[in-house]
Amino acid sequence: MSAAPLLLVEGLVKNFRGLRAVDGVTFSVNAGEVVALIGPNGAGKTTVFNMIAGVFQPDGGRVELEGASLVGLRPDQVCRAGVGRTFQLVKPFGNISVEENVLIGALRWTHDVAQARRRAREVLDLLGLADKRRQMARSLTLPDRKCLEVARALATGPKLLLLDEVMAGLRPAETDRMVETFRKLNRESGLTIVLIEHVMRAVMALSQRVVVINSGKPVCEGVPEEVVRDPRVLDCYLGQEKL
Amino acid sequence: MSRQAILLGLLLAAFALAPLVAGPYLLSVLVVVMYFAYVGQAWNIMMGFAGQLSLGHTLYVGLGAYTAAALFVHLGVPAALGLFAAAAAAVAVGGVIGALGFRFGVKGVYFALLTIAFAEFTRILFEHIPGLGGPAGLFLPVGDRGGIDLIHLRGHPLMFYYLILAMTVGIFLLCRRLVRSRLGYTWLAVREDQEAAAALGINVFRAKLTAVMLSAGLTALGGVFFAFYYNNLFPNQAFSMNRSIEIILAPIVGGLGTLFGPILGALILTPLGELITMATEAMGFKAAGIKQLCYGLSLLAIVKFLPDGVWPWLRTRLGLEPDAGGEGES
Repeated sequence: MSAAPLLLVEGLVKNFRGLRAVDGVTFSVNAGEVVALIGPNGAGKTTVFNMIAGVFQPDGGRVELEGASLVGLRPDQVCRAGVGRTFQLVKPFGNISVEENVLIGALRWTHDVAQARRRAREVLDLLGLADKRRQMARSLTLPDRKCLEVARALATGPKLLLLDEVMAGLRPAETDRMVETFRKLNRESGLTIVLIEHVMRAVMALSQRVVVINSGKPVCEGVPEEVVRDPRVLDCYLGQEKL
Repeated sequence: MSRQAILLGLLLAAFALAPLVAGPYLLSVLVVVMYFAYVGQAWNIMMGFAGQLSLGHTLYVGLGAYTAAALFVHLGVPAALGLFAAAAAAVAVGGVIGALGFRFGVKGVYFALLTIAFAEFTRILFEHIPGLGGPAGLFLPVGDRGGIDLIHLRGHPLMFYYLILAMTVGIFLLCRRLVRSRLGYTWLAVREDQEAAAALGINVFRAKLTAVMLSAGLTALGGVFFAFYYNNLFPNQAFSMNRSIEIILAPIVGGLGTLFGPILGALILTPLGELITMATEAMGFKAAGIKQLCYGLSLLAIVKFLPDGVWPWLRTRLGLEPDAGGEGES
């Protein structure tokens, strides 16, 4: 097999009753890339994520990780195959500590709780949550909860990280810090990232390639600087935003 | 850990030495306290750790009790062997109920209803098995109450006292180990958010099933104790809804998902029930259900003022470290 992309999404289709939420979305992500998936609300971005992550089964199309199909796998199997994901509506394990939240992620690859705890601390350090590790997750502020989502997904040791609007609701300084963290991860450990994001500041700073979808259909794809000037993208999504 | 260990040591010492000073009545009350601490701890694995509500947990007590008792009465199988059959029966039934419920996505209160349903129709089933005495009950030959025969579980009340003490200590240590294990963390994740747990690579179905089966097996061992201690079993008692409720009260009052909760809850509730009985008798009340009424009111008060249970409150008061397994600082 010659250089299959890390992630291949081809002709993805999902119907919700009469509504075709995703209609022929196609893109691929090479190992080490950071790709942003953008588009207006309701474009089907999260639905695409959910089909990659095994939450929804696609009604058509292919999803492959390193050439192996992910279609038909349960979310836990997709995770074990090497895909970590965050949820747009954060889902912290509220009644256990921040550290234990992340430790559970690390238990994906180790049976040794002490080792998982060490990894959890490293990840929390990396994301600037170290001093809150003993707090109950439910006591965190929203930005911290977003951070925790990322920490937990990272701790599973993914080849591919799916980030669903982790910057939304963060202050610009926090966004910049988060972006810097991801760039560092991408640069140093070659982590491949696909992100759904509305915060264009983050998209521009982080992604090497942007895939735009609208009403479930692919609109265009390219490097960020080109995509944001593309009339089709301006028309359906960025038109009102001044860049 | 250290102050908790001291507290635990003191409690253990008190129970171990109690027979030196306590009379037969008090000892029998303490046996009931420990019995409820034991089955409460077993139930807590399923609800407190894995977040799966069973309202029919007496099913496993009854299954364990009847299995070991029937083997003993009919085939002379000693309790020391019968308990394996008892646990196996409960694990199998728990596995079937869990697999049915979880496979078809029966969640929350609907799963709880399923557990009640199984307990209820097992009761009806057992009323129609003549070999088990049907509604007239199954009786174990009492035999020698002076000796100590742990193999057949026949003997002096003190033997039963120390047996249930050992069981309660054993299940406490087991749960303490579990909650700090990979499996324990898996359960906590499932309890907190199943979707997020799955996204972290946890097989939610398997995690829930393991919790149910382990809880059922351990509960059945409590049932074996129950059968050989009381020497009689009736389907409408062994499988009654009331018993299921009794099992879950101690961990709820003491603190769901905590290790000390079931013990503390049993230490509060059983003596409270006895006191209420004594008080109403002393005052000459004859009203039926007055005990239940007082009991219910006390529970209301506890739930109202300490919704997380007594132990989390007491722990803070005593300045103790939280247990491992998801009891961080708020």
